[in-house]
Amino acid sequence: MSLGIIIIIGVVIVLAIVFIAIYNKLVRLRNQVKNAWAQIDVQLKRRYDLIPNLVETVKGYTKHERETLEAVTQARNLAQQAASSGAGTRAKAEGALDAALSRLLAVVERYPDLKANQNFLALQEELTSTENKIGFSRQFYNDSVLTYNNQTQVFPSTLIASMTGFKADEFFEVTEAAEREAPKVSFT
Amino acid sequence: MLGMGLLLVAIGYVLGLYFFGNAIGGLIIALIVWAVLNLVAFLQGDHILLGISRAKKISRDDLPRLYNVVEEMKIASGLEKMPDIYIIDDPSLNAFATGRDSNKAAVAITSGLLQKLNRDELQGVIAHEIAHIKNRDVLLMVICGVLLGTIVILAWYASRIMFFGAVAGGRRSSSGGGGGGLIILAVGIVLMILAPIMAQLIYFAVSRKREYLADASSALYTRYPEGLASALEKLGASTAQLKSANKATAPMYIINPFRKKGMSASNLSSTHPPLSERIHILRSMAGGASLADYDQSYRQVHKVGGGVLPDPALTATGAVGLRAATPEAVQEEPSKVERVRETSDLMWRGSDYKTITCDCGTRLRVPPKFKASSVRCPHCGRIHRL
Repeated sequence: MSLGIIIIIGVVIVLAIVFIAIYNKLVRLRNQVKNAWAQIDVQLKRRYDLIPNLVETVKGYTKHERETLEAVTQARNLAQQAASSGAGTRAKAEGALDAALSRLLAVVERYPDLKANQNFLALQEELTSTENKIGFSRQFYNDSVLTYNNQTQVFPSTLIASMTGFKADEFFEVTEAAEREAPKVSFT
Repeated sequence: MLGMGLLLVAIGYVLGLYFFGNAIGGLIIALIVWAVLNLVAFLQGDHILLGISRAKKISRDDLPRLYNVVEEMKIASGLEKMPDIYIIDDPSLNAFATGRDSNKAAVAITSGLLQKLNRDELQGVIAHEIAHIKNRDVLLMVICGVLLGTIVILAWYASRIMFFGAVAGGRRSSSGGGGGGLIILAVGIVLMILAPIMAQLIYFAVSRKREYLADASSALYTRYPEGLASALEKLGASTAQLKSANKATAPMYIINPFRKKGMSASNLSSTHPPLSERIHILRSMAGGASLADYDQSYRQVHKVGGGVLPDPALTATGAVGLRAATPEAVQEEPSKVERVRETSDLMWRGSDYKTITCDCGTRLRVPPKFKASSVRCPHCGRIHRL
């Protein structure tokens, strides 16, 4: 065997190893994105479960807040229906639910009895934490998507990505309008 | 770590040359000692750390707030499995992480910390600990610690033997190589004296670097460096020392449990960077919460020299915005008194005391040894059944 052939074989082997390494990295990153998406799902479902309890508890203490409560229930149902659609539509529905919930929590400020209720306090801790968890899982999802998208776009892994069908993913962005609507807290 | 490995190889090499006439023998001895120490370290496991610190495991129902904060940070860091949570009944303010495997990890915090910190600060501290787990720092420090131990043991014995050998007339230098033997002896003795010191310094430097990385990751996970900064401030202000800490576990704590007052800046023989500097770096992160922002802030604070974080970590994420502080009205933060009560309730429960709240507002703590079927409130005289 001549030296030339050995060199060619060597180069082919090195290329194959590089290909496998990059491919595996892409698969790992894509799985991480999927995993992160599932994590958001878990937390959103948890919030759907918490809301009826919260509405029931608040109902017992308040008389004139039917509209706010109905808005929350409706937003929850809409968000639950949007659960099977893409990231964009879903983010919009969740944004609306966020807004409705923060209005409700602002209203609650007017009822000191309710705020002293142990059951309500526990629910509120759960809800606040679930909101945080949604935020953090969204944050992690977006970080994962960014890393994954970068990997599908930089050279040389972009070659392998386009060859084997890795496509850039969609970010989970809350619609600006819903996010900017700050909770109106009134101290009266 | 590479530096430590090289040191160990150098020691083995010189040892072999001196005692056996060839390098291989010494290298094998070094390898054997290293392997044995590794085995010991891995068999001991994490029980030691938690056992020494007298930590109690808690569940979600014991302290929902703490559990939620840990779960939030677990999600933010992308850790796959929820770490166990332990409470150490100690008034000092400290926290640590343990677990070489990120799937079998644990975070532990002192009851003092739980009482003193608000939610944002607690989040910062927990994020720092989770970052230690996520970055595999526990494993790294165990490996470094084992290397350090091997170097110290080898150097200690070798230097004794060499020294007495030389005093007694130096059997090797007289018999064979003459001048060559003397040179090896001289190099050997210098190496045996310097190697443990150098290894120790490397160990401390690695530990400090990982602290910076954990701080940076904490800012990245929470998007709120001020939380950790203000927690560190509170930690620094407290003077109570953690009773159950030991030297081997020191790098895993959020602040050095053995710190003394007025330690000078960037002390070479410390497992942790100075607190004031860590706070300063966190507070100078104006641009964003990414690791690159932390690195830049570090450069700003230090003026000279490069950054502090490993390069691959810096390019991993893009621009990252900061979030605002959780507003007080939304936070529904339990007041400090409530936090103290919550924590002490937990500690009483942990030692099998029953807590009865009397209608007059008095709280009765019933010890496990108490056998009677009812107890009388000492304040108002009501009878409570047990």
